[in-house]
Amino acid sequence: MAAMKNCHNDYKMKFSVDEEFPDLSQHNNHMAKVLNKDIYSKLRGKSTPSGFTVDDVIQTGVDNPGHPFIMTVGCVAGDEESYEVFKELLDPIISDRHGGYKPTDKHKTDLNYENLKGGDDLDPNYVLSSRVRTGRSIKGFTLPPHNSRGERRGIEKLSIEALSSLDGEFKGKYYPLNGMTDAEQEQLIADHFLFDKPVSPLLTCAGMARDWPDARGIWHNDNKTFLVWVNEEDHLRVISMQKGGNMKEVFRRFCVGLQKIEEIFKKHNHGFMWNEHLGYILTCPSNLGTGLRGGVHVKLPKLSTHPKFEEILTRLRLQKRGTGGVDTASVGGVFDISNADRLGSSEVEQVQLVVDGVKLMVEMEKKLEKGESIDGMIPAQK
Amino acid sequence: MASSFTRILSSKRNVGILSLVGGSVAAGFLLHREHVTAGEPLRRRYPASAEYPDLRKHNNCMASNLTPAIYAKLCDKATPNGYTIDQAIQTGVDNPGHPFIKTVGLVAGDEESYEVFADLLDPVIKERHNGYDPRVMKHPTDLNATKIQSGVFDERYVLSSRVRTGRSIRGLSLPPACTRAERREVERVVVDALSGLKGDLAGKYYSLTLMTEQEQQQLIDDHFLFDKPVSPLLTCAGMARDWPDARGIWHNNEKTFLIWINEEDHTRVISMEKGGNMKRVFERFCRGLKEVERLIQERGWEFMWNERLGYILTCPSNLGTGLRAGVHVKLPRLSKDPRFSKILDNLRLQKRGTGGVDTAAVGGVFDISNLDRLGQSEVQLVQTVIDGVNYLIECEKRLEKGQDIKVPAPLKQFK
Repeated sequence: MAAMKNCHNDYKMKFSVDEEFPDLSQHNNHMAKVLNKDIYSKLRGKSTPSGFTVDDVIQTGVDNPGHPFIMTVGCVAGDEESYEVFKELLDPIISDRHGGYKPTDKHKTDLNYENLKGGDDLDPNYVLSSRVRTGRSIKGFTLPPHNSRGERRGIEKLSIEALSSLDGEFKGKYYPLNGMTDAEQEQLIADHFLFDKPVSPLLTCAGMARDWPDARGIWHNDNKTFLVWVNEEDHLRVISMQKGGNMKEVFRRFCVGLQKIEEIFKKHNHGFMWNEHLGYILTCPSNLGTGLRGGVHVKLPKLSTHPKFEEILTRLRLQKRGTGGVDTASVGGVFDISNADRLGSSEVEQVQLVVDGVKLMVEMEKKLEKGESIDGMIPAQK
Repeated sequence: MASSFTRILSSKRNVGILSLVGGSVAAGFLLHREHVTAGEPLRRRYPASAEYPDLRKHNNCMASNLTPAIYAKLCDKATPNGYTIDQAIQTGVDNPGHPFIKTVGLVAGDEESYEVFADLLDPVIKERHNGYDPRVMKHPTDLNATKIQSGVFDERYVLSSRVRTGRSIRGLSLPPACTRAERREVERVVVDALSGLKGDLAGKYYSLTLMTEQEQQQLIDDHFLFDKPVSPLLTCAGMARDWPDARGIWHNNEKTFLIWINEEDHTRVISMEKGGNMKRVFERFCRGLKEVERLIQERGWEFMWNERLGYILTCPSNLGTGLRAGVHVKLPRLSKDPRFSKILDNLRLQKRGTGGVDTAAVGGVFDISNLDRLGQSEVQLVQTVIDGVNYLIECEKRLEKGQDIKVPAPLKQFK
């Protein structure tokens, strides 16, 4: 379909930059901070080989001026080449979002779980559950904002083949969204595994919900500790989780499972999208690098009301969310605490920060319970 | 006067319909030759059968008519602006069915969509417009309000009267496909023309991006302000892109003639007033429309119209007249009568709640309007509404007195 898309962009080129440049006067997202007429002028005539254009990249950011809780990225990639073709726009956004990451920087990948120290002794009276997730994109296919039904179905088919060949602790089953029984659906909801059609305009304006629920599905192992989402916001979202505080075990299973899956995709000549500058390539620039969010649900009713809570999180390189996910607020003093970084540090390093940071915060909580001060425990900036 | 912008578009218009046909090797070569700047696509190409949407759970006009064969024929085509069949049907794929009403399930991205994708659009139009066959029939346009008979309703029953339609500016893509520049040009052209209206039609434009808090509150109080579309029927078709850029509301000082710019169509034109004087509402409607048309023609523009399909709008359901003439009318007794739906059907009327198409009635007050859009003229449709509403009021009065009512004979489809 490449020629068709370029045809539309060629038509658009008849209008001037001034006529086409979006009105970003009310906007507060990374894209709006970076995009100016100069950059737009340079990029508007280009498209990736599959036909993705700069207007496609920025549409979600134009349609969504700002988010109350978090500074959104405001752009997406349509394929692996987007990050190259639109680097003039995406590099500064990546730098802004990922702590000054430069176009010449190299990203380290480390999925060797044995390098993680500790993590098996987080107090389960406070740490209710532990989880590590990441995303993976399959080389040779375009990404969710852009892919056609045929491509999406191709991704699903490959994924089912790969996942159904797993065994041992990873033996499991695939549930396509279109075709699961009512009983299966009930069970997946009860397990908190089922993902819904995206309602967030951040995703729908980027075209990621098209053709729902065609070629979407959920795979999980029989133990319900390893879960893969197919064709939601990324080709694959891989999640390892369990109740309690044994992050070490969660991370071990995460690494082992991911590497098994990757081997199988490679055998089919469809390895994961990765390069040494950006690490794993995903739809949203915020998920580049490791794409990893390792976190816990932890009870911190006292610490969370302490005036230095935000500062502590920042120094520990952690972020808080409500227990409903990125767009929610916390309930009953229980927070979702996870790593803030994705790009420029490895998987092991990021999970280590979570493990060490949460351990410290639980100790602080215990001190506050006893009415003691935590001033001496405030950490230095990591 | 027409800018260089329009001259570019005019020349494009006059070249005629270019459809790009894939399929045969020779055609593929032609395609490649004309668009060689695109380069070799690295993206995996799938056959039509792998791309055909899963419509098994769907109930809309697109799903009823899009066979794999038609899809295969159309999937490599594009309009001169680059609009494709996948884009046209996306809203219907994403929205399997609506509880109250069988939706159309596709949109046009530009005027040429109706030609290039005729293999799908013609049967959809035929189904939606009760057998109107665009391949052989012609649509009558008649905006002569003097032909209307009676048309002043009993105000103990009719609370308000309204006529709306849409108009598209020829040469600019429609809301699902338009670029920001095109949308802004629609706004410029229309606002410029509207500033030429005089007398009872003189008014003011309120841009959604620039209106003050006060203006916004007033427009809300007047029930004029339209919001960013939330219905997935519209958002999945891409009509809310870049909101609120180049969107706005114009209304006359008397608040009886209102125009929405760049909502679901380039323009939506509404004439309304409290009470039952539908004749006057329609008279103002026709006069205002003709005046706006004259003003844009002075500037080198025209409305999209042809004799097959009448006025060209985004949704195939609004082709022809694009006209919905209706009243808010109190029918507490009649609406509870089991024959109510049949009576409406035979009168070629439809009921809605007073909140609009997706709502239910409140307190026995219904929005009653014409069912048909295409195949009959504006005058004919408004007369149908007038005659029909008068009949409904007669029924209500009879029921009040404990008398029985009759279901009228069905009206003829196309006159």
